[in-house]
Amino acid sequence: MEYFLQLFFSGLSRGSVYALIALGYTMVYGIIELINFAHGEIYMIGAFTGLIVAGVLTSLGWPVLSILAVGIIVSVLYSAAYGYTVEKIAYKPLRNAPRLAPLISAIGMSILLQNYIMLAQTPDFLPFPRLIPDFAFMAPYQSFLDTGDLFIISTSLVVMVALTLFIKFTRMGKAMRATAQNRKMAMLVGVNVDQVISMTFIIGSGLAAVGGVLIAAHVGQINFYIGFIAGLKAFTAAVLGGIGSIPGAVLGGLVLGWTESFATGYVSSDYEDVFAFCLLILILIFRPAGLLGKQRAQKV
Amino acid sequence: MLELKNIDTYYGNIQALRDVNITIKEGEIITLIGANGAGKSTTLMTICGVVPPRRGEVLFGGKSIGGLSADKVVRMGICQVPEGRLIFPDLTVQENLDMGAFLRSDKAGISRDQDQVFGLFPILLERRKQLGGTLSGGEQQMLAISRALMARPKLLLLDEPSLGLAPLIIRQIFDIIKQINRESNTTIFLVEQNANQALKVAHRGYVMENGRITLEDACDKLLANDAVKKAYLGL
Repeated sequence: MEYFLQLFFSGLSRGSVYALIALGYTMVYGIIELINFAHGEIYMIGAFTGLIVAGVLTSLGWPVLSILAVGIIVSVLYSAAYGYTVEKIAYKPLRNAPRLAPLISAIGMSILLQNYIMLAQTPDFLPFPRLIPDFAFMAPYQSFLDTGDLFIISTSLVVMVALTLFIKFTRMGKAMRATAQNRKMAMLVGVNVDQVISMTFIIGSGLAAVGGVLIAAHVGQINFYIGFIAGLKAFTAAVLGGIGSIPGAVLGGLVLGWTESFATGYVSSDYEDVFAFCLLILILIFRPAGLLGKQRAQKV
Repeated sequence: MLELKNIDTYYGNIQALRDVNITIKEGEIITLIGANGAGKSTTLMTICGVVPPRRGEVLFGGKSIGGLSADKVVRMGICQVPEGRLIFPDLTVQENLDMGAFLRSDKAGISRDQDQVFGLFPILLERRKQLGGTLSGGEQQMLAISRALMARPKLLLLDEPSLGLAPLIIRQIFDIIKQINRESNTTIFLVEQNANQALKVAHRGYVMENGRITLEDACDKLLANDAVKKAYLGL
């Protein structure tokens, strides 16, 4: 039972990070129907920013939790700026081009950012300081719930609840939902669609940065390539849940996280990806739109 | 109030509007009739800034709005009920109406206008919490009109409000259009294939063929015009 709980929580924590990244894919897809392949790189840049902030603040002797908090905030801002800029440079000029063009531009951006970080930083793995301390009150649960996992799960939860409230109740949130459902009509009621698209990239990038710093602080090392793997997994999660659906991205992330965690725990860690992608294939065969995706007939 | 002067609009290399001239005065109901693909909807999209004109001028209240983006045009007081209604399917009826008032911040005025549209279409009050996509076609048309009214437009553009609706509902919609024009003095530009109904409601009409305006007259004269009778009224 303890082993099961251990796998359950590590899957939940892994899944929450997938979900954080998947939200960016799904929100962007919902609004402009583009798979933003550079999204994983934004996550990676978030982790690197966190590392730099952590390095500076550690040398100043700050306590770890405040370093983590400041690290997350700074990397959210920095990654958001990247996400915003990538959209303006690589996607906006192609807004009315055939759909393949921005997709290729996205892949190009991904390669560009990866190589830029590789050259500007290093091609090797860098150690990331352990920023999540072991809380004393966690001691009795330590056997099945790691403090890091708990921290990741709760932070992700807070962020996702905040996002849900934002989308549900704010003016910009409503504009985003309206634009996702019908861009032309959103324009016709006076929504500035360019602004909405920028905002979507900013929020998605910020979420990815949160995931990046959390996972880096938990795993303890990063390199320029982590965005590719994480991005691929999160993209899988988004498709699994139904691309374009926000609850779908969260559910897809969790399902993927649990699948990997249980497969690793009960079968073998060699097969974790095999199970994850088999699950994806099965779901796409039986529910092509994803778990929560919809296909709605239009009324005429 | 609104003037289109020598408008040419293109989709890529394909010219959809050719030298279109239309004048709408304040308080009028003007209709634009024509066959499928004549360029009627394009005319509205050009006015709204969704498909900007390549040549020519769009004047609204004397100011040129030809190059403005769609959201700025709405801000000027022009609102469109597009063809096919384009209800936000996953927003509730209430949220759809809220989106109509997206650019407004006068809470008291918004709630007054909302009471007014619920007065026009009581069914929407009943369906307030329902998702827009679950409404019937007629209800969606009512919601689309109400959503546009929530912006309190000076000029209301209606694109085929009768499309796909039962005759009884069509009559109701046209009555409401007249009522909106009369009671709140909203200028209306009505694009229709249902020429008979449209010409009965409107004051003046334009006939469009292949992207050109071919006829322009008072509606009673158009109704009596032989060419119009033959081509659009099936008489």
